[in-house]
Amino acid sequence: MATVLVVVEAQPDGQLKKATLNAITAARQLGDVHAVVLAKDASALAAEVKDYVKVVHAGSGAHLEHYLAENWAPAVADVAKSINAEWVGAAATQQGRDLMPRVAARLNAAMASDIMAVNGATLTRPMWAGAVIAEVTLSTPVKCFSVRTTEFALADKSGGGEVKAFAPAATGQTHAQFVEFKEVKSARPELTEAKIVVSGGRGTKGDFKEIEALADELNAAVGASRAVCDAGWQPNDLQVGQTGKVVAPQLYVAAGISGAIQHLAGMKGSKTIVAINKDAEAPIFQVADYGLVADLFKALPELRAALKAAK
Amino acid sequence: MKILVTAKRVEDPESKIKVDAAGKGIVKDGLKYKINPFDEIAVEEALRLAAKHPGDVVAVSIGGKEVHEQLRHALAMGATKAVWVNHEGPLDQMGVARLLQKIVEKEKPDLVILGKQSIDDDQNQVGQYLAEWLGWGQATFASKADSLDSENEKNKVPGVIVGDGAKTVDVIREVDGGLNRLRLTLPAVVTTDLRLNQPRYASLPGIMKAKSKPLEEQTAQGLGVDVAPKITVTKLSMPPARKAGIKVPDVATLVTKLKTEAKVV
Repeated sequence: MATVLVVVEAQPDGQLKKATLNAITAARQLGDVHAVVLAKDASALAAEVKDYVKVVHAGSGAHLEHYLAENWAPAVADVAKSINAEWVGAAATQQGRDLMPRVAARLNAAMASDIMAVNGATLTRPMWAGAVIAEVTLSTPVKCFSVRTTEFALADKSGGGEVKAFAPAATGQTHAQFVEFKEVKSARPELTEAKIVVSGGRGTKGDFKEIEALADELNAAVGASRAVCDAGWQPNDLQVGQTGKVVAPQLYVAAGISGAIQHLAGMKGSKTIVAINKDAEAPIFQVADYGLVADLFKALPELRAALKAAK
Repeated sequence: MKILVTAKRVEDPESKIKVDAAGKGIVKDGLKYKINPFDEIAVEEALRLAAKHPGDVVAVSIGGKEVHEQLRHALAMGATKAVWVNHEGPLDQMGVARLLQKIVEKEKPDLVILGKQSIDDDQNQVGQYLAEWLGWGQATFASKADSLDSENEKNKVPGVIVGDGAKTVDVIREVDGGLNRLRLTLPAVVTTDLRLNQPRYASLPGIMKAKSKPLEEQTAQGLGVDVAPKITVTKLSMPPARKAGIKVPDVATLVTKLKTEAKVV
């Protein structure tokens, strides 16, 4: 059986990022899963991950305190070589997207990004903003991938793996230096993990009060269209779409979003889609299970009140 | 400061992409082509930086003669020189990165700016491969602190911040949960995200001038690069369409449907 190495990602608070568990599910379809944890002190996170994989390679070092592709790629590649990994992958988060091609370059490996399914050695991935689904095979000895987390369930615990500590060599001259991370804190659920997402578009004209109020009533995450983030009305981190976050909640409410294909690419996997838009011709209605042609500033408060009353 | 940028030819993002009957390619009839929107942002950023730190802006594109259109577009925006890597046939991200590596080694830019992904393959890989193979630092998903509606944007202030003596650049990156700032020692690779800038339109004088700017030809063979693809696309298909939904007349009906039919609230 092939050996697969998955790069573990931590949240800003150091806890395990759930997306890693989606990546492990995909990796299990390719072979025996090992994981690599890199941190200033990798032991706590490694202990958390070991129940999901065969072996966790826990690399600790001062130069690994902040994630940097330049420092991480050699450490990941070294582990991959030491265990003869045929596959190396990570969740297609911003970190995974930044890191994995650099790891692939180091291993002279071809890579498939955002994989949605695994069938033997054939990987399925989106192209042209998800308008096309491609089946691809990679012909390099080592192969890399990143995982579209919405397409794979969270891995369950597979029982006791072991932790192997190692000390990744410092890379000598580093050409990139971490300066700062400005976190956008939110009390609401994480966009990619929420069961319900309420998103606003250009139709909000930047006023997100009703979007947020409905989100809070439903214990939902808040999302946004590209126009909203471009205008600086909401942080970039909330953008749903081809180049932003891909979400697949139980319920996705799109308010004042016209529904460009690039936005649909990020949410059309949602179980139920509700669209609220003044323009009856808006393309969002073509993917919506329930469409309501209405002014969102009137419809959203009504919806919130009705949901509250129905509790 | 010499800057190298990419100008890939891609289908217009507004086009409707359809898979052909054989499931091997897309239907090309009626498609319009453009410079990859992320590459256009890269060209714009390079021009803004060059306005403050004078030097050449070299645009590179790989493909058949039709990519001259994208190179001329970059030149019309203000790039000073174009390099055309004449190549027909399939190419994967490793092939592209190897070709770019050779061009970079010839041109010796201080900075390479590329789109973070092209909107056809959506792989998001080339910049990272290139940085590793050059042994340079990378800053992917470059954004900036200001929005596209800000005064700084109107004044065409670059988002990439050049350090004292032009030895470093600071790049603000879109990452999960916020913005990350990296300092790269030059030379370096930067890939652009959507909100780095709003690209300028090519002016009529710009378009006229572009016709006389140098366009150098290279080939994979001449550059000594084996570009045989390592990625094989075995099948293309269209994703299953969502079942057509319904329009509801009012909020009350919507709530009823969500409760009893969809059972999601």
